[in-house]
Amino acid sequence: MTLVTTLYVGLFYAATIILVIGIALRIKKYAQAPAPLKIPTMPAPRTQTGVVMRMFREVVFFESLFRANKWTWLFGWLFHFGLLLVLLRHLRYFTEPVWFWVNWIQPFGKYAAFAMVIGLLGLWGRRFLVDRVRYISTPSDHLILALLVGIGLSGLGMTYVAHTDIVALKSFVLGLMYFSPQPLPADLFLLTHLALVALLMIIFPISKLMHAPGVFFSPTRNQTDSSRERRHVTPWAQPVEAVQSGKR
Amino acid sequence: MADFEVPVLNEYPIIPKVKEGVMAHSSPFIAAEKFQTPLGYPGELPDNWKEVAIDKMGELLGKYRSLQVFLDICVHCGACTDKCHYYLGTSDAKNMPVARQELLRKVYRRYFTFAGKYFPKLVGAIDLSKEVLDDWYSYFHQCSQCRRCSVFCPYGIDTAEISMAAREILDTVGKGQKYCNEIIGKVFVVGNNLGLPEPALRDTLEGLEEEVEEDTGVKVRFPLDEKGAEVLLVTPSADFFAEPHVDGLIGYGKVFHEAGVSWTVSSKASEAANFGMFIGSYENMRRVALRIREAAEELGVKRIIFGECGHAWRVAYSFLNTLAGPFDFLDPKYPVPQHICEFTNNLIKENKLRLNKEENDHMKLTFHDSCNVARGAGMGNVEGGQFTIPREIIKACCNYFYDMPKDTIHDATFCCGGGGGLLTDDLMELRVKGAQPRMEALKRVTEDHGVTNLAAICAICKSQFAKTLPYYGFTMDQIVSVHQLVSNAIVLKGSEQEAELDGAAE
Repeated sequence: MTLVTTLYVGLFYAATIILVIGIALRIKKYAQAPAPLKIPTMPAPRTQTGVVMRMFREVVFFESLFRANKWTWLFGWLFHFGLLLVLLRHLRYFTEPVWFWVNWIQPFGKYAAFAMVIGLLGLWGRRFLVDRVRYISTPSDHLILALLVGIGLSGLGMTYVAHTDIVALKSFVLGLMYFSPQPLPADLFLLTHLALVALLMIIFPISKLMHAPGVFFSPTRNQTDSSRERRHVTPWAQPVEAVQSGKR
Repeated sequence: MADFEVPVLNEYPIIPKVKEGVMAHSSPFIAAEKFQTPLGYPGELPDNWKEVAIDKMGELLGKYRSLQVFLDICVHCGACTDKCHYYLGTSDAKNMPVARQELLRKVYRRYFTFAGKYFPKLVGAIDLSKEVLDDWYSYFHQCSQCRRCSVFCPYGIDTAEISMAAREILDTVGKGQKYCNEIIGKVFVVGNNLGLPEPALRDTLEGLEEEVEEDTGVKVRFPLDEKGAEVLLVTPSADFFAEPHVDGLIGYGKVFHEAGVSWTVSSKASEAANFGMFIGSYENMRRVALRIREAAEELGVKRIIFGECGHAWRVAYSFLNTLAGPFDFLDPKYPVPQHICEFTNNLIKENKLRLNKEENDHMKLTFHDSCNVARGAGMGNVEGGQFTIPREIIKACCNYFYDMPKDTIHDATFCCGGGGGLLTDDLMELRVKGAQPRMEALKRVTEDHGVTNLAAICAICKSQFAKTLPYYGFTMDQIVSVHQLVSNAIVLKGSEQEAELDGAAE
């Protein structure tokens, strides 16, 4: 096994562990922090089904963002759904035989990469062109965009500029999955692409990328409007209750 | 008139260019020790204040999922940047919701996250310092906790939650706000925000009985501390003495009278507002809320109804059951608590009120959705009832009603500019500038439809508009209570108005 292969095998195992454990710990924190008061942004759904629908519209259509700003919505939606299709397309490297629906997505997934990059560039452009967004942007905001654009461009490079040995790549990926490492084709686009992806996986749990799982824990979006019908109490509020009821 | 520039009202809203620090001088008076102590806070900055502040932040992170999640997941997308009325009115960069949140988030990152501990510059994390604390004090008192930003945030991040937490931290290190903390103290000692003692209340209510009898010839009662009444009315103390609030109170009295429902005000719970929410203090908010439960138990009422008060209605609708429930001693037929608008609208629907719209023909009305009613509460047990019910009441009482532009009403409504504990004269510049978006929308309907009056169901909105309308070329009496319109239109059985109407019909 070459040095490059060894390095990348190690990198991907480490990145995967950091990603999975990191996100799990973060989610545990969100889940365990109590929500002592009912604070849905009103008007809110009055049933649990309604809440599921609200969250669905939020996550799939970016409903609130659509109301807020059409440009950010457009670029944000292009990026996220481009990314989704691209990720689904990538399942072909992880499955043998390839699932039939992954094959269906394949042609769309290839073009979705353009949508993804265009969306990213649009979002990045706003960080320079809109004075309000420029003011709130931090270096890490730019770097995360650079990272994602880098991933997109290096991926596109392999599709449209210099093909990599896709058969060898697939056996490398399957090798990772079944703990029998296989050699990695050492060409520039692929190595760049994989290194950036690994970096993204590593920073995911410690960055704003946590918005992806985090949105599901947002109390303003995931609570029902039912405070008058059902009493909502949390454990930490109980001691206060006991003390003050004692006074009465 | 003012020692600051009053913003201009444009034909169409213009998003201002970012300016840095133009409102950095805006800070409310700091609470003296005598106002801090009764609430359980120190009177001045302790030596180890930094440690105390960070510990408090850690404690709050563990107590509020909202704070933990909101501080973590903002992506700086900018969706909220042009949504805050204080940003639109002042153009101060730190009045953009995300920038306001960042004041706290930067410190959170530094002390509580891996990236902020090891790469502070990269993610914009900073150490807590005196300057940061002053910035918190200034800018977290430039947020009225109106939640407009949370409507537009793709993750529902609510700056109100962040500023409540920040104010709680500030209180814990002895930097409390005089206005809020003095008022909470008064509620504990006297029973209401204005510090009106029981005899003054009784006097006022008796005066109202005389006034109504003089106007209508009908003896409408305004009872105080009457045991065995069916309804306990909890209303903002402004309703007891200032225009146009008191006209609303007269309206509630007439509606109860006409419905034949006995009611009472309580001197112990003679205040609907709960400023405990403004300072983010669960304990104080609960203490204030418990007075209402105690009053209801002592008076033996069957229902609790809230008067026109915005933030009060949020605490009542969304939190009261949690804070002071369960209310199993009340009549289960009715929601606990109910809003006076729900009560009145039900009667209108059942055709139990006779309303003469012509009495309001001298006015063309629009309705200001109060922020905390719109985005923090509900009405009528239907989604969006808080928008339809007050409008239905107004339309039942008035011939002329016109809504303001769509992006300024319902859940996109603008705060009046004085909510969330900012309704104090030491913040006058902020209040006037923060009213700009609402004034602009009002000007639109004034020009398009000849609207003359703005109706509201919140004591803060009413007080704020009475004060700020004149800065924009309107007059202070253009703000009216919704139940003032009801009071004007209602034809009491056996009243002079009834005789006149029926006489005219014959």
